Amino acid sequence: MNILRVSGSPHVHTDNSVNKIMYGVIYAMIPAALVSIYFFGLSAVRVLLISVVACLLVEYLIQKYLLKSEISITDGSAIITGVLLAFNVPCNLPWWIIIIGAIVAIGIGKMSFGGLGKNIFNPALVGRVFLLISFPVQMTSWPVPKPLFTKAVTDAITGPTPLGALKGELYKEGATIQKVMQDGITYIQDGVEVTYRIPSYVDQLLGNMGGSLGEISAIALLIGAIYMLFRKIITWHIPAGYLGSAIIFSGILWLADPSYFIDPLFHLITGGMMLGVFFMATDMVTSPMSAKGQLIFGAGAGILTILIRVFGAYPEGVSFAILIMNAFVPLIDRGFKPKRFGETVKN
Amino acid sequence: MGSLKTFKPGGVHPAENKLSKDRQIEILPIPKVAYIPFSQHLGAPAKVLVNRGDQVKAGQLIAKGEAFISANIHSSVSGKVKKIDNVIDTSGYRKSAVVIDVEGDEWEDTIDRSDEIKKDITLSQKEIIDKINAMGVVGLGGAAFPSHVKLMVPDGKKAEVLIINGVECEPYLTSDHMLMMEKGEQILTGTKILMRALGVAKAMIGIENNKPDVIEYLTELAKDYEGIEVYALKVKYPQGAEKQLIKALTNREVPSGKLPVEVGAVVNNAGTAYAVYEAVQKNKPLFERVVTITGKSVKNPSNWLVRIGTPISDLIEAAGGLPEDTGKVIGGGPMMGKALTSLDVPVVKGTSGILIMKEEESDREIIKNCIRCSKCVSVCPMGLEPYLIEKTVMIEDYERTEAERVMDCIECGSCQYTCPANRQLLDYIRLGKNIVGQIIRTRSKK
Amino acid sequence: MNDVVIFAVASLGAIGLIAAVILYFVARKFKVYEDPKIDEVEESLPSANCGGCGFAGCRAFAEAAVNQGNQKGNLEGLNCPVGGNDVMAEVAKILGLEVEEQEPLIAVVRCNGSFTNSPKKVAYEGANSCAFAHSLFGGEGGCPFGCLGLRDCVVVCNFDAIHMNPETGLPEVNDKCVACGACVEACPRDIIELRPKGKKGRRIFVSCMNEEKGGIARKNCKVACIGCGKCEKVCEFDAITIKNNLSYIDPAKCRLCRKCVEVCPTNAIWELNFPPRKPKPIKPAESEKPTEKKETVTKETVLDAKAKDKDNRPEKPGTGEESGE
Repeated sequence: MNILRVSGSPHVHTDNSVNKIMYGVIYAMIPAALVSIYFFGLSAVRVLLISVVACLLVEYLIQKYLLKSEISITDGSAIITGVLLAFNVPCNLPWWIIIIGAIVAIGIGKMSFGGLGKNIFNPALVGRVFLLISFPVQMTSWPVPKPLFTKAVTDAITGPTPLGALKGELYKEGATIQKVMQDGITYIQDGVEVTYRIPSYVDQLLGNMGGSLGEISAIALLIGAIYMLFRKIITWHIPAGYLGSAIIFSGILWLADPSYFIDPLFHLITGGMMLGVFFMATDMVTSPMSAKGQLIFGAGAGILTILIRVFGAYPEGVSFAILIMNAFVPLIDRGFKPKRFGETVKN
Repeated sequence: MGSLKTFKPGGVHPAENKLSKDRQIEILPIPKVAYIPFSQHLGAPAKVLVNRGDQVKAGQLIAKGEAFISANIHSSVSGKVKKIDNVIDTSGYRKSAVVIDVEGDEWEDTIDRSDEIKKDITLSQKEIIDKINAMGVVGLGGAAFPSHVKLMVPDGKKAEVLIINGVECEPYLTSDHMLMMEKGEQILTGTKILMRALGVAKAMIGIENNKPDVIEYLTELAKDYEGIEVYALKVKYPQGAEKQLIKALTNREVPSGKLPVEVGAVVNNAGTAYAVYEAVQKNKPLFERVVTITGKSVKNPSNWLVRIGTPISDLIEAAGGLPEDTGKVIGGGPMMGKALTSLDVPVVKGTSGILIMKEEESDREIIKNCIRCSKCVSVCPMGLEPYLIEKTVMIEDYERTEAERVMDCIECGSCQYTCPANRQLLDYIRLGKNIVGQIIRTRSKK
Repeated sequence: MNDVVIFAVASLGAIGLIAAVILYFVARKFKVYEDPKIDEVEESLPSANCGGCGFAGCRAFAEAAVNQGNQKGNLEGLNCPVGGNDVMAEVAKILGLEVEEQEPLIAVVRCNGSFTNSPKKVAYEGANSCAFAHSLFGGEGGCPFGCLGLRDCVVVCNFDAIHMNPETGLPEVNDKCVACGACVEACPRDIIELRPKGKKGRRIFVSCMNEEKGGIARKNCKVACIGCGKCEKVCEFDAITIKNNLSYIDPAKCRLCRKCVEVCPTNAIWELNFPPRKPKPIKPAESEKPTEKKETVTKETVLDAKAKDKDNRPEKPGTGEESGE
């Protein structure tokens, strides 16, 4: 017989682990990845691969040579960052910009705080926002989807995203939502006048529209989200707070002036809303701990997203909204504690 | 049936592993030497009354609990006092104990050893409490709090309901389950006695839904007992904790730092109800109890009626011997039990089970960074933030530890059980509790 | 254009003037008188803020020293263990007082339950904290009084003076120790004691805290004090007392004659920094091994540590002065 072990209770442990949670998130992102590959073809594979490999490599190098700590790239968190970063960029992004994004995401967004669990901001979003500000042209030229196995026009054609098109057009005098929806927008590309029509809601749901890799298909993202909810990787609080506040806020605006403000459903299924709500706002490390705090966090991010989309300079506000709310997490954690059992009201 | 009652917030559901379920209670042979510690209960150790060389009978008082919170200790065997020595016990330290060389099995004459079930309660409230005190009955759920103290309702407070804890939410353990199955009448009579001692007209028996046989059996029996009702509860750990059980059954929350009687409830274990029955109706002191011996590697997981003071090695022998690959021996269940440092530890009043764990089950996994998944917060039945308490203890910010209400922690272990990063949350919370407890004591002295 | 410049300068100047006036009056109103000596005393202190003097930090100690000096005219009961006699003399000089010389102290680990002397009987796994392990069980070696080896003392030491020896699993104190007492506080089992450093670093002490009966103590640890009383009998200076099966040598009375070391049947009494003595008469076979062990552990390792330390001796005044070879 071996010598007996002694330790404090409990003596049993759940079979859940950090790795299982991380790989669970990765599995949940597979549908969205497949949709992006379907619509953008090999270029989507290219972006995904470069981004994931670069993130893993950066984390490995930093841990090995800078921190001289244990190598933890197998825990899956760097893969998530890589995939999320790829999901947040257009598929025609040059390879070196992706690598810069990976370095910023992992190096500055994550490892400079001390690695997994210590970072304040979602690393993928840090990388994405850095790229958006540094390389605005490359980051906002959206290739037109070209479904796999279909003979479509050449690769080089780019077009706007629905959100971007709408926002750009609404600045013009006399433009109303209804008019844009009907006529589409016209702009000059390479000396040719092109007409862009806002895709139908069905197309938007499926993902047949311009945009970042992972954000296009609301349906695929929802499938992943349901999987994560089912596996209890995420709870319903943040998505509920986020979607709820976004719907309510955009709904109020829409009711106030339907000719200038688009309806809530459009807000939900276009842009990075679904991706942000289910995969980035729910990032455990950078979200609050208590259920109450998570609702507040989600609600704040929802309102900020709509604010930026409607009144801000950028057509898309999900990344900024989540990053801003990330900064509030310590404050929320302090202010919104779980209800203590048997708490007596202080006089 | 609708939704079953349970407590909020928090709770976990570890694998139940009730291996010794449906194994009838067997009687363990009397040991050759019995080691009876003086401190088997919460509170001050009892004061020894016997000397080396004295002859004692089973049921004879050998140590008297003199302090307010203390309990009498009776000999569990007949024989000669070999010595009064320090014996290693569940705490991992040597504590003073009577060592008795067993000769025969002679009981005190006052004990009624017949099988007859006596349902008539003749004693008054005061007499019952005195009897329970004299017979050394303590809570048999694990903490071993002296029962007579629990029954003395403080002035100005009023007990409204007696709650009998038949939850047995700890995985593996089945001793209460089998006791309730086999001694149903006695437990209900014991409940009646406790109701009279408290002066309440209502008793609730809470049983988790993983024991449908007991629920059915006791519900049927309880029809003959006025005021006693049996409730099925959803299976959730730690439902057997006093405050959580009260919340589950009555939806009242015991205020922080207060006793359950604050909300009019008194909780007693089903095993305690049986011990009360034996003490009051049969004049039998608490010197034996039902113990589960279990574990995945144990040949014969089973339930035994064991004399207090029997070394657990005897019990392990009876269950088929200690398996080769044993890594840990635990006194109690896997969630709150204590890892034992030796197999010579005697069974005491609070020993509800012995769990033997395989080597590969016993090792803790590699600790990782907290990923702030908030699982510990959502499972904490006291609404605390275990991750934060751990952090404040690690950086030795004990003021903050106290402000985060570390003293409310019931040490159920749900947080550490559920932590995906394998953090040793409860270890540090316990450490914080110790230190903050000291700080509070020195402060109140000033 | 000129107007703008003039306006800016004038308005900024006015704001500055008003703020200055307000500040002046506020500073006058809330001025707190502080004895300038406090600053002087504080400057002379080592500013380690270790709390070894019993105050919250060097500033608090300086305040206390100045107050007591002003009120009582002495510095009794006040001592900076880190600075030692030199610093206290300087403090006394600033205050125009005199101070008694204090014997320098050093932390002594009174347990020798190494892996070989007290083999592991159970394996602990859990929080890396002696205080927690202490509340959980008796110890891996089975001795409920011995060192738990989880580094609480090492963690609290601000002076890099106490380290674990990986071979024995016990902490060892080196000459950087300033006797601040942090490790004494930290140890949940009160194994560490502050004892006088002794002339040339020579000291004799009982390296055991076990109060159990001899048999049990020996079963768990080969070098446990069994309270046999031989040392008490042999001591000519009444320095040794036996209480609860445990011998204790009073450093104030001990004259370092080393007789007790020789008679101890379990080698629980240690001598440090003494010159090697002539070979002992052979003891009964059973204690041969521990003797050997003791010779290697106590003298050589300590002397070794000293030799190493000589090169990088701390620059603080008053430390390690007396421990010449």
